[in-house]
Amino acid sequence: MLFKPNPSSGVPIYLQLMEQVKHAIETGALREGDQLPGIRPLAEELVMNPNTVAKAYRELEHEGVIELRHGSGAFIARNRRAGKLADTFRAGQSLIAGTIAKLRARGVSDEEIRRLFEAELRTGGRRG
Amino acid sequence: MKRSGVSSKRSFAQEVVVADSWIIETAALRKTYDGVEALRGLDLQVPSGSIYGFLGRNGAGKTTTLKILLGIAHATAGDARVFGLDASAPRSSEEIRRRIGFVSEEKDLYRFMTVEDMVRFTARFFPRWRSDLEQRYLRKFELPRDRRIRALSRGMRTKLALLLALCRGAELLMLDEPTSGLDPAIAEEVLQALIGHVANEEMTIFFSSHQIAEVDQIADRTAIVDLGRVVLDGALDDLREDFRRIRMVFEGDAPSGDLRAPGIARVQRKGRVLTVLSRGDTNPILDEARALDALSIDVSPVTLKEIFLETVGGEE
Repeated sequence: MLFKPNPSSGVPIYLQLMEQVKHAIETGALREGDQLPGIRPLAEELVMNPNTVAKAYRELEHEGVIELRHGSGAFIARNRRAGKLADTFRAGQSLIAGTIAKLRARGVSDEEIRRLFEAELRTGGRRG
Repeated sequence: MKRSGVSSKRSFAQEVVVADSWIIETAALRKTYDGVEALRGLDLQVPSGSIYGFLGRNGAGKTTTLKILLGIAHATAGDARVFGLDASAPRSSEEIRRRIGFVSEEKDLYRFMTVEDMVRFTARFFPRWRSDLEQRYLRKFELPRDRRIRALSRGMRTKLALLLALCRGAELLMLDEPTSGLDPAIAEEVLQALIGHVANEEMTIFFSSHQIAEVDQIADRTAIVDLGRVVLDGALDDLREDFRRIRMVFEGDAPSGDLRAPGIARVQRKGRVLTVLSRGDTNPILDEARALDALSIDVSPVTLKEIFLETVGGEE
């Protein structure tokens, strides 16, 4: 299964599901025009609340990542937003790879790098 | 009316909770048993279409609330309504029970009956009995029709009680500790059946539980009840989004004065470390932490379990 939100992580489940759909697009696992599972089957498969799946789909539609087509289901949008996700991912990947290489060269461990990234993300990257 | 998944945009609108129609509502509900206050002004609003987890420790007042809603017990004071009907009036209480599927923690079944007898016996009381669902759940739960109930395992009994509740054609399903005493595999099967049911039928589920993990997994809304009162309620994802733990480390001992920023639910000091449980926007707190020259600031999500432990009190 492509998606597997963790209900006890403290992160809203609809956000986890949205992230997982976007990540699947970024990695190419899902491409423009691909159909997503329906709300009902996905809720049943993941044993999660159908209202939560519906909320994630609504938000993804609002962001232009997916399209809800009348009578036929949810599809990865054929627009620039969805296409750009994959591009952004590749660009970001090489940037971050460079930073990680530099930090490793200075003897910073992977565990330390992970904590640095997470701390920076969580405090909004703002400094004094 | 059936939900149609993602087949149309209209189906999404249907899933939006309508805030002005509470399927269950209590106001200032009180119940005293022999001088002991089981409920001390319990306010509850359950929107229709939700899977609502009524979360609390043993003895918090969950079963008492369910009994009052079902008309089995009477409130000492306050108001309890289901479908807008007064749960304390005999006539409306009867209508409430007709429209509800209820599974008690004890799974009230006649031990001398076979599975088939129990199903036939129950079906007779409910004009809207769903034979289609009966057949589906008998197969799905792999219930042996000819076996007597006293010879069924606890898991089988739970599944039979659930089948009897699901097939009534009820608009509201009330469950008291639905998975208590079940092994993890059967518990997951029960949760799966509940999700499968609400995905296909227009229905509200209200279940009491002391197990945070199952509320986390299937509920979209929750109320945390403690010492006979609701201490926190709302959409689960909103609660997850709202609460944060902020840990600040200082050069010397953590400053002892109160933080002024709004949204601080709890503060803990230990040597150089100050830990704050926040609710709402974290930015004012982060700004204040920087102004206090914190060496490092770390923000992390808070789990429902942690929120629960922070909101319920100790033993009385």
